Amino acid sequence: MSAWQKETRAGSNLPNGPAAAAILAAGIGCGALGILAFAGDASDTMGKALNFYSPTGTLSGVTTLAIVIWLAAWLSLHLAWRWRDVAMGAVNLASFALLAVGFLLTFPPFMDLLQGK
Amino acid sequence: MEISTRDLWTVVHGMGFGALFMLAFSGALAELYRLSALGAPGQSSGRQQKLLNFYLLAMVILAWLTVFTGAYIVYPWYRAVPPAGTSDLADYPRRLLLSSGRTSEWHNVGMEWKEHVAWLAPIAMTMVAYVTMKYARALAKPQYMRAVLGFAVAAFLATGVAGAFGAFLNKYAPVRGGSVIILLEGEQ
Repeated sequence: MSAWQKETRAGSNLPNGPAAAAILAAGIGCGALGILAFAGDASDTMGKALNFYSPTGTLSGVTTLAIVIWLAAWLSLHLAWRWRDVAMGAVNLASFALLAVGFLLTFPPFMDLLQGK
Repeated sequence: MEISTRDLWTVVHGMGFGALFMLAFSGALAELYRLSALGAPGQSSGRQQKLLNFYLLAMVILAWLTVFTGAYIVYPWYRAVPPAGTSDLADYPRRLLLSSGRTSEWHNVGMEWKEHVAWLAPIAMTMVAYVTMKYARALAKPQYMRAVLGFAVAAFLATGVAGAFGAFLNKYAPVRGGSVIILLEGEQ
């Protein structure tokens, strides 16, 4: 039986830190995607800076950076929380708030509203 | 029976990876909800857990394949810039949509939303798969299940938005062109 299988069989004995890290990092990744999409739309300078691959345009930078931020957040939080129990209520609340930011800031009418268009 | 390479990639992206990912949600959401139901033991047998793990991993792979083929294979054809003086915009879907006020919002709202919101799904599903696999026996606890179910539903909604707009966009301004692949040849 692998170490992974032993861990998951133990299941309920695991600290909730690794789950909290994954959940909050997913929220951070979604929020970052929304913020970067909005920045690329609102500012020509940002739009050009986020153009990592011309055929795909600004979308390439927005999504690449969002993935980098998500994975970096996951790794850092995992290293910090892997042996700990954390307050999952607060983690869940923050994650859902960031997910909502991701949804709202990718919705063009909302982006236009924020820019006063 | 023939198909162009661009049509084929559009089908692979939307009907292959994307639609399969979308279809898989029914099973995933039902199983996750079953595990979360009050009173359910939340302890699947080893075989059931392995199947769920495999199912979620397949969804994660499909989700990432969908967004990467969309952004890096199909989208560049969609947003290609026509040479100056081009009057037939059929091969330039973005410009075709923007050329008329009656179709421009399919791009300004539809494509602009679709191209970004779709990326929420693989990020969310990767987390859902990881937590489900790691906390197999404890997953029914509300502290985990709220986030797992919530993000799975969010991924489903994001995929629905992207898929629906993708279908409409392909109706009003399909990505066409490329070399032709002959699949079957008729008698006449």
